[in-house]
Amino acid sequence: MASVSHAAEPEYGLSPAALTRRRLRRHPGFLFGASVVLVMTILAVLAPLIAEHHPYAQDLSRRLMPPAWSEGGSWAHPFGTDHLGRDYLSRMLHGARISLIIGFCAAAIGCVVGVTLGICAGYFGGRIDQLVSYLLTCQLSLPNVLLAMSLVFFIGPSVYVVIGVIGLLHWHYYLVVARASTMRIRQLEYVTAARAIGCNNRQILLSEILPNLVNQVIVIFTLEVGSAIIVEASLSFLGVGVPAPTPSWGLMISEGKQSMFFLPWLVILPGAALFLLVIAVNLMGDGLRDATAPEGRA
Amino acid sequence: MLRFAVRRGVLALSVAFTVSIIAFVLLHVATDPAEALAGELEDVDLVQQLREQYGLDRPLVVQYGDWIAGLLRGDFGESFYWRVPVGDLIVSHAPVTIRLALSSLCVTILVAIPLGMAAAMNPNSVIDRFALSLAVAAQAVPNFWLGLLCIILFAVMLPIFPVSGDYTWRHFVLPSLVLGLSSVPYVMRLTRAGLLDVMASDYVRTARAKGYMTIGVLMRHAMRNALLPVVSVLAIQLGHKFGGSVVTESVFALNGLGRLALNSILAADIPMIQTLVFVFALIFVVLTFLADLMNAWLDPRLRLG
Repeated sequence: MASVSHAAEPEYGLSPAALTRRRLRRHPGFLFGASVVLVMTILAVLAPLIAEHHPYAQDLSRRLMPPAWSEGGSWAHPFGTDHLGRDYLSRMLHGARISLIIGFCAAAIGCVVGVTLGICAGYFGGRIDQLVSYLLTCQLSLPNVLLAMSLVFFIGPSVYVVIGVIGLLHWHYYLVVARASTMRIRQLEYVTAARAIGCNNRQILLSEILPNLVNQVIVIFTLEVGSAIIVEASLSFLGVGVPAPTPSWGLMISEGKQSMFFLPWLVILPGAALFLLVIAVNLMGDGLRDATAPEGRA
Repeated sequence: MLRFAVRRGVLALSVAFTVSIIAFVLLHVATDPAEALAGELEDVDLVQQLREQYGLDRPLVVQYGDWIAGLLRGDFGESFYWRVPVGDLIVSHAPVTIRLALSSLCVTILVAIPLGMAAAMNPNSVIDRFALSLAVAAQAVPNFWLGLLCIILFAVMLPIFPVSGDYTWRHFVLPSLVLGLSSVPYVMRLTRAGLLDVMASDYVRTARAKGYMTIGVLMRHAMRNALLPVVSVLAIQLGHKFGGSVVTESVFALNGLGRLALNSILAADIPMIQTLVFVFALIFVVLTFLADLMNAWLDPRLRLG
């Protein structure tokens, strides 16, 4: 992780937002992460147009073809085909959609739950704070992956259920940060000023405290997208995530596992895509943190 | 210290109790155990018969009371699928998971702490950058995929370690490496950050001024303080390794608690799953309780908090 370079150009005279943008433009990790995420998002959105084959279209006469660059491959199927003769590249492009949609939606659900609880605990303190902190301790003690697996399996595997379950089980990180920041912000002058001119709690929470949490919440949101993507892939890999034949990268790895000794690409390719996407998302998050809170950098 | 321990103990007990309620309610809201057990058949008579047989027609509160009373007596109920006491299955599968969790914790400690120390001693050096890049990579790599890559590599190209089963210590090498690596980023970053903080403190500067060698300062003064937060993170990571065993055990075909959990889910074995969720949570609660005690013993300031 490279640090933000402080070049000779002066930083005074710029608005905080302009300063953040400038720091982001000079942060190699953020630039790399953001470009990868951007490219993958474009590929995912345009998947039906780019992909030459339908992700579900089977061709049993062309099963388990190797990718184009290895012996016996052809450019008709650049990444080869899977055990049902489905074009692997098309499935991977559509798989990017599943990963991105589940990652973003699950992280958004967790964000709403965690930030709401965190703000309430930090702002009201006392009994409410104790209650929320107790809830947090319980949540942290639960085996999340195991619980997510059972809930998805029993409610009935589908993309929506996976999103809901992952989202509702991953909010602790938001809570911790929102609570700590709210406690700090609550004591600042402008909150006192708002109260002095007669704002009620709702107004203070929504227009004074929430806007000041946005930077930190975005950073956590980015990191949680990465972890939600991994949880989804793990669930699907174990057979308790999104159902077949949905082209999820985790599910593709699980299907490719049967043939991995003579066609390792079936496992390597979707995993590498997953790895690259999560690294990119995490680097974006690290970059945003460095750029928005340079003083708190380790 | 005693008051602190008692207070933390009461908290741990109440968390364990609350977690048992959450696990029970979530699973019973998500599904009707009798219908899940009857499966695809949709046989109304069968479902009714199963309900009566297992007492699933009683109110949820009564069923919960029955279950928790059994847990307190050490009777965990009977598995729907294997038809043997849940407790026996857990006891017979636990050794593999305990071995996996402890050996992967060793991997984490052996990799993360020396690397974090080396990185903090030489900030912005090659080794620091290497350590931070490793952390970024290890955080992003899906565990199960890394496991499969290891299997492909070691089964085909370098057949020195067996890639599936749990018969000898050699079977645990690859799973421990994979599971251990997943905790390296947190522990390494914490070691590095803690040590950097301590190295900048006045007492380390004083110790240096008194003429101690750098490594002596590090060991006598800095490490003890820098490792305080690492202790509690290690306890939490050990708890996560029990939970994470689900994925790793299934990749490497280790017959431990994680595999048992996956098989119970696929067999819709509700008594088994709710007990396993509770056991994993209990392990976590006990570990964090022990870490709290240890931290309070090492750092008296914490006993007031």
